[in-house]
Amino acid sequence: MKKINKSFWIGIVFSIVLYIVIKVLLTTGIFDDVMESTLILICINVMLAVSLNLINGITGQFSIGHAGFMSIGAYVSSILTLNFDMPFVLALVISGLVAAFFGVLIGIPTLRLNGDYLAIATLGFGEIIRIVLLNTEYVGGASGLSGIPNQTTWTIMFLFTLVTIVVINNFISSTHGRACIAIRENEIAAEAMGINTTLYKVIAFSLGALFAGIAGGVSAHKFYVINPGSFNFLKSFEILVMVVLGGLGSTSGAIVGAIVLTVLFTVLQEYPELRMIIYSAILILMMIFRPKGLLGSTGFSFLKFSKKEVKPSDSINSGSTS
Amino acid sequence: MEYFIQQLINGISVGSIYALIALGYTMVYGIIKLINFAHGDVFMVGSFIGLFSARYLASAGLPPILVLLISLVISMTISALLGMSIERLAYKPLRKASRIAVLITAIGVSFFLEYSGVFVLGPQAKGFPEILNKQQYNLFGSSIQVDSNQIMILGTTVILMIILQYIVHRTKIGKAMRAVSFDMEAARLMGINVDRTISATFAIGSALAAAAGVIFGMTYNSVDPMMGVLPGLKAFVAAVLGGIGSIPGALVGGLLLGTVETGVSSLGYSSWRDGVAFAVLILILIFKPSGLFGKNVREKV
Repeated sequence: MKKINKSFWIGIVFSIVLYIVIKVLLTTGIFDDVMESTLILICINVMLAVSLNLINGITGQFSIGHAGFMSIGAYVSSILTLNFDMPFVLALVISGLVAAFFGVLIGIPTLRLNGDYLAIATLGFGEIIRIVLLNTEYVGGASGLSGIPNQTTWTIMFLFTLVTIVVINNFISSTHGRACIAIRENEIAAEAMGINTTLYKVIAFSLGALFAGIAGGVSAHKFYVINPGSFNFLKSFEILVMVVLGGLGSTSGAIVGAIVLTVLFTVLQEYPELRMIIYSAILILMMIFRPKGLLGSTGFSFLKFSKKEVKPSDSINSGSTS
Repeated sequence: MEYFIQQLINGISVGSIYALIALGYTMVYGIIKLINFAHGDVFMVGSFIGLFSARYLASAGLPPILVLLISLVISMTISALLGMSIERLAYKPLRKASRIAVLITAIGVSFFLEYSGVFVLGPQAKGFPEILNKQQYNLFGSSIQVDSNQIMILGTTVILMIILQYIVHRTKIGKAMRAVSFDMEAARLMGINVDRTISATFAIGSALAAAAGVIFGMTYNSVDPMMGVLPGLKAFVAAVLGGIGSIPGALVGGLLLGTVETGVSSLGYSSWRDGVAFAVLILILIFKPSGLFGKNVREKV
């Protein structure tokens, strides 16, 4: 336990140093606006990837509807700040909670499914959310909401990213996280060992949804405009690629995957078709030649996994490089 | 009543397309337990091949019915080859991998085909040539209208279904398919060439998707590289609805889904149509995961 605490505090200190360095670089103008946007985008994607990793990688519940949770967060927070003049951070928290509520709502009925069927059901839920938003006049229908105040600063972004990583990472290394890993390894065996699989799947779903919702809210308040089209299957897929690229089941992997792909995204911004071809080619080649992802070399084994998660300060350190 | 029958006819013609695509899903799933997400994009490729060959053949001055038949055959053949190469290159190396890895690969292949399509053909929709002139027929007085295209769609679907039933139940390769889907290891021990059987399954499924693609192009007169996404997903819904792994199930599921969708549209909720399809999927998955015609298989511990 002491070891965990040590690496935890090293990670926190490291990330605070990183925060200050970037803050100084931003205020002195060495990093320009484009750079700041990219940094914030990286942080948003880190939040999304880490939270999806909790569902897909840790609990083994294959969900491809993450963009749906993100859209809930984005819409709720935008409406709260636009129509109700609520303070930004409070709006973010509420939007996260609403998304978490939907996580429970979606989690409970789909718990009877697993593997491919769960994947397709979550995909269906994501699409249903999109279609409901598309047909709701109050949130602007197909044209969506615009004129959302730009309130996302580096400080807020960093704070929420750090909270996401710390909460999810600590959850994973807690008793509850072990239960989730047990469910991933073998659901029937986990149940036989007295783990309440339903409860833990719902917890994983809602915790993942919570942070996805906050990430959605933050991104809405960075990019002014949201519409249902920006939260489609493609977005869910992008998040999934980040998690898979880094290594399913590894928080540090999710962070690295998010950073690598966001940078790639920014570089290839001018060629959107090429970007997606490269994305999908990476994914296919990755699955064939290195199915465990960039950092997931420790694999899915419970023992090895726990060793990795206990030791590394690197999981928190690489988070703070965002 | 007449209105109802009219909607039913429209629904059946949409549903036939779903049914043809759903067959490919159901066969592949039945044999290697893989949701082949790329199937919807094979449908798109088939549609484009149909478009190009129809244009070429029409400019060569062939009679329309021959243009249709030849472009259908060309499109089905090339798509079958495409399906086989996808299986060979992307899925076969993963035969032993976890199902999630294979599923992710399938999504990857799907996006690869879509965006390669956008890259090569451009994102704009292309007009599909009108191969056969549409003719309206009036039934029961003039209250119900059927056009020649709808008859052609249903006819093609039924013919292809019969051929498929014949292949699956009367030929050697069909027997091999059934054996492999029942128990791959035992089939291998019995001397069945499992790899070749899986290849054949992909080939047949892709050929059917290509046929659906050509028909789709003729019905809606416009094709684009992203057109495979929604019909692909809905065909999967249809396959699940009918009971995945079951051929008659795919037909019934496709027709049912098509009818439900047309029904929703005709009530004036056309923008909710796709949502309803997914709602049907989720309800079926929750209440009867094995589908209407599916067998209930317990997971072995």
